[in-house]
Amino acid sequence: MALPSYATPVQRTYYYFYLFFCTVVFFFLIAPLFAIIPISFSVSPFMVFTEGMLAWPPDPEAWSIRWYRNMIGDCSADVVSSTVPCSTKWMKGTVNSFYIGTIATVIATTLGTLAALGLSRPHMPYKGLIMAILISPMIVPLIITAAGMFFFYARINLVYTFTGVILAHVALATPFVVITVTATLVGFDMNMVKAAQSLGAKPMRTFFKVIMPLILPGIISGALFAFITSFDEVVIVMFMASIDQLTIPKQMWAGIRQEISPVILCMATCLVLLSIFLLTTVELLRRRSEKLRGIKAR
Amino acid sequence: MEVIISTAELLTTDGIPLKQSLRKAERRNKLRAFLLVFPLLLFIFVTFVMPIGDMLLRSVDDSQINSVFPNTFEEYKKWDKGTDELPPEEVYKNLFFELANGDKRQIGKALTRMNYAKSGWKSLIKKTTREIKKIVKKGEEPKSYKETFIKINKFWADPTYWYSFNQMVNDQSSIYYWNALDRTFDEDGDVVLQDEKRRMYIKTWLRTFKVSIYVTIFCLILGFPVAHLLANLPLRYSNLLMIFVLLPFWTSLLVRTTAWIVMLQQNGVINGILVWLGIISDDGRIQMVYNEAGTLIAMTQILLPFMILPLYSVMRVIPKSHMRAAQNLGAKPATAFWRVYLPQTIPGISAGGLLVFVLAIGYFITPELVGGKDGKLIGSWIAYHLKTTLNWGLCAALGAILLGIMLIFYWLYNKIVGIDNIKLG
Repeated sequence: MALPSYATPVQRTYYYFYLFFCTVVFFFLIAPLFAIIPISFSVSPFMVFTEGMLAWPPDPEAWSIRWYRNMIGDCSADVVSSTVPCSTKWMKGTVNSFYIGTIATVIATTLGTLAALGLSRPHMPYKGLIMAILISPMIVPLIITAAGMFFFYARINLVYTFTGVILAHVALATPFVVITVTATLVGFDMNMVKAAQSLGAKPMRTFFKVIMPLILPGIISGALFAFITSFDEVVIVMFMASIDQLTIPKQMWAGIRQEISPVILCMATCLVLLSIFLLTTVELLRRRSEKLRGIKAR
Repeated sequence: MEVIISTAELLTTDGIPLKQSLRKAERRNKLRAFLLVFPLLLFIFVTFVMPIGDMLLRSVDDSQINSVFPNTFEEYKKWDKGTDELPPEEVYKNLFFELANGDKRQIGKALTRMNYAKSGWKSLIKKTTREIKKIVKKGEEPKSYKETFIKINKFWADPTYWYSFNQMVNDQSSIYYWNALDRTFDEDGDVVLQDEKRRMYIKTWLRTFKVSIYVTIFCLILGFPVAHLLANLPLRYSNLLMIFVLLPFWTSLLVRTTAWIVMLQQNGVINGILVWLGIISDDGRIQMVYNEAGTLIAMTQILLPFMILPLYSVMRVIPKSHMRAAQNLGAKPATAFWRVYLPQTIPGISAGGLLVFVLAIGYFITPELVGGKDGKLIGSWIAYHLKTTLNWGLCAALGAILLGIMLIFYWLYNKIVGIDNIKLG
């Protein structure tokens, strides 16, 4: 990608402009995410870089973890501020988010993996149509899904219940599992299944001893996708969850709408760290999966 | 020498014809594959497809009001508007009894529906019902129901109220769809434009398209060079830079939206830097959020990965030798790019463009939070009617139209890229 030595000055200018442009775009993509991290450690209740934070040498007075303490429900006198209410809502939301996310992930991963196995078989009838139906929750805009589900679940008394929210999240998360596991199964050597069966293994045993270890990285990636889908989902919980099913996104939404406070940035920082962790895991799993399936590392 | 070809069918060891046996095995395999998919298919059908279908039915459903006033509507249909100014006596009589004996909650629901057709119905019926109940209590039977109604309120002699029944007398109604397009029915049942101050949907639809097109173009302009760079760098660098694209992709939408509010607000990071640099004065801070500009900036950043990833996967496989060959044959770099490289990236451009566009028209969270008053898209209206006005018919109709538009674009996407080619990360 380097510039050839015979490049003309005009080409040089273009090339450096191109590199500069790309840098700006990368900055545009990533800067907002990292700008919020220092602000979350500010002592001020306003979401800005205060003068103390920018001063040199750094002013320790300007930095604090008070908003983090507020977030975990510590309402001591030095934590609360007149504009920032203090409550255990964030912690309650965290518990609910993990609860809903975990159950939704388990169901979505099981159903999604089974379906992906079926879809990858050469004998699958109406493959295109079925795939389109299974993927549709990912494609239909969330607001439409939320409206439809709200009407329908209201009829069967599932609105404002954990069951309703979990069912909705499973529906939204399965496409990610199906896509990821199907991608892992591409190039899967079906002869191994035949070999296992010819040696006398029953279907269940074949699955757990032969197929599963090979596609496990794909399944875990799919499960992580499913989890983050449920964990970050806000539109459905906005309509289908009551205060009992308060989740992190619902609380953040309420926070941004009403009492915009630095506590939101603390939670946002935690979520950025979570996504860095998940991204790294998925990337490592992808490499492992390619190695397992004998695809040369790119 | 004579070769004898056996015309007898090939048999398996069990004595069954081979063809039949194979067909049976094939059928069994198909069934097995289907059984694996079946649980999820059933699940998605019940938890997702049925709700969407329910919403579509609701967008044309008008049966509730018909169950409240069945006899009145029956008689109403017999009214010849050409000859009589007001509906016949029978209509008034049936309405009298249906209001007197009807279930209060059901009537309340029907009133809301009637108010969509003509404002003023709600108070009129409420007042009238109160009077009717008094009459019934006294036990006297009015001589003329028509006169009684008109005595209670003179609006009952106003035919425009009666005309508005026109759009309610059938179990199905297209009124919500027309409402969603700023239209309504006039007294003859013809489609006309809404009052000036009630026209807001066409404006929002147009804005939704405008914002989506702008976001798509911005994403293309920003995404193309980046995808090109990623595709042409050695892998160890491009994998590293890919994190810049994938991390936003993995981060919560709300986090990214919050981040943009922090960046763009009047005392936010960008304004702060500009003031510090002396480009703008302290009281000349630019309003960049809670308007259309905020929606555009935030949505471009949020949807950019969806443009870069398909472009990248297409550019990755374009042989580098093509550009060299073109230049070798005498093409200037610009010509070589325009005539040789760009045409090969068309599949990526169309895939990324369609994906970004389709995602953008259905966006709700970001425009709602950073859009302010003039940056909201159609999704905000759907949420508003779902949660605030409870006009679910209109909500469903808006959703159905949006869904229809999406399906057209996905059909295109499927033609060009193939739905099952969607890849993540």
